[in-house]
Amino acid sequence: MTFINYASREINCKIVYYGPGLCGKTTNLQYIYDSTAPTSKGKLISLATETDRTLFFDFMPLELGTVRGFKTRFHLYTVPGQVFYDASRKLILKGVDGVVFVADSQEERMDANIESLYNLEENLQANGYDLDKIPYVLQLNKRDLPNVLPVEEMLAELKRNGEPVHEAVASNGAGVFDTLKSVAKQVLTELRRS
Amino acid sequence: MTDTPIIMHEQQYHQLRHVLNKLRLESFSRVVFLVDKNGQQIAAQGDIGELDTTSLASLAAGNVAATGGMARLIGEKEFPTLSHEGERESIHICIIGRVLLVVVFDERSSLGLVKLRVKQASRDLSLLFEELERISAERRASEDSLFAEITDDDIDSLFN
Repeated sequence: MTFINYASREINCKIVYYGPGLCGKTTNLQYIYDSTAPTSKGKLISLATETDRTLFFDFMPLELGTVRGFKTRFHLYTVPGQVFYDASRKLILKGVDGVVFVADSQEERMDANIESLYNLEENLQANGYDLDKIPYVLQLNKRDLPNVLPVEEMLAELKRNGEPVHEAVASNGAGVFDTLKSVAKQVLTELRRS
Repeated sequence: MTDTPIIMHEQQYHQLRHVLNKLRLESFSRVVFLVDKNGQQIAAQGDIGELDTTSLASLAAGNVAATGGMARLIGEKEFPTLSHEGERESIHICIIGRVLLVVVFDERSSLGLVKLRVKQASRDLSLLFEELERISAERRASEDSLFAEITDDDIDSLFN
């Protein structure tokens, strides 16, 4: 849910990175965090287990610049990917303005991708959203690994309608900013429309 | 979308800050801030200094969301207030409709006093947010959105 403050001339939007466990959601955020100027970002908060698995969420605020005199600030969140953290995922989707689905390109993770995408749709519905109507981007991550599925095969299973698709290697940053730009652009376009 | 955006105008923002400042002074607390339930900070008053209020806002909302989830599991609608007491600093959070009032205080105050003053401020804040919703709805109906004028070039320029 966008928050527009005319007094301080700020627009705040919420973007959530969703996907199965170990698909690279936190790595996306970590890369954005590491490659952004200190003046444009806040702290990266990670609520993780002792083994560095996301327990509740990761969060970082990112300021992109001004549009029509308004500072645009994006709050980036990840959800915990492991199946049994579903209650937390549902909570984090509350008030979301845009979603990035990070799919793991490895062949053996395809079932987990499909299950997670179905779970995303279900949890969005529980919060009153429709995946086909909100700003949404599909990222095919880990394209550098040897055992990846061909892009066409992944799209046949995961692509819905006209959502933008980005191939990525989040660990070295390839495709990370393209994905972010793609979803942020849709969020601002949606703001214009509403 | 389930929620309409919160649109804050100049006058209401100043009134809001006034209520928060009054609460801060009367409760002898360090910082008082208002956050929407999704973790966006709306306004803050007090001795902020190095305090990372953006992170605190998102964590406060996460905290309320998680305890709200627990409440529903045991058959409660929500837990309307949450308090965390530390050795020196403490936090009290109160849910007011779609926003959270967060008070950070130390040994100069007490939980009892903070709770009392928060209760009083909650009434003012509820009224203020009712007015805000009404004004936003009126303006949405009568004015074109400022953002309708945003062009593709404006958006692209953010990423250059």
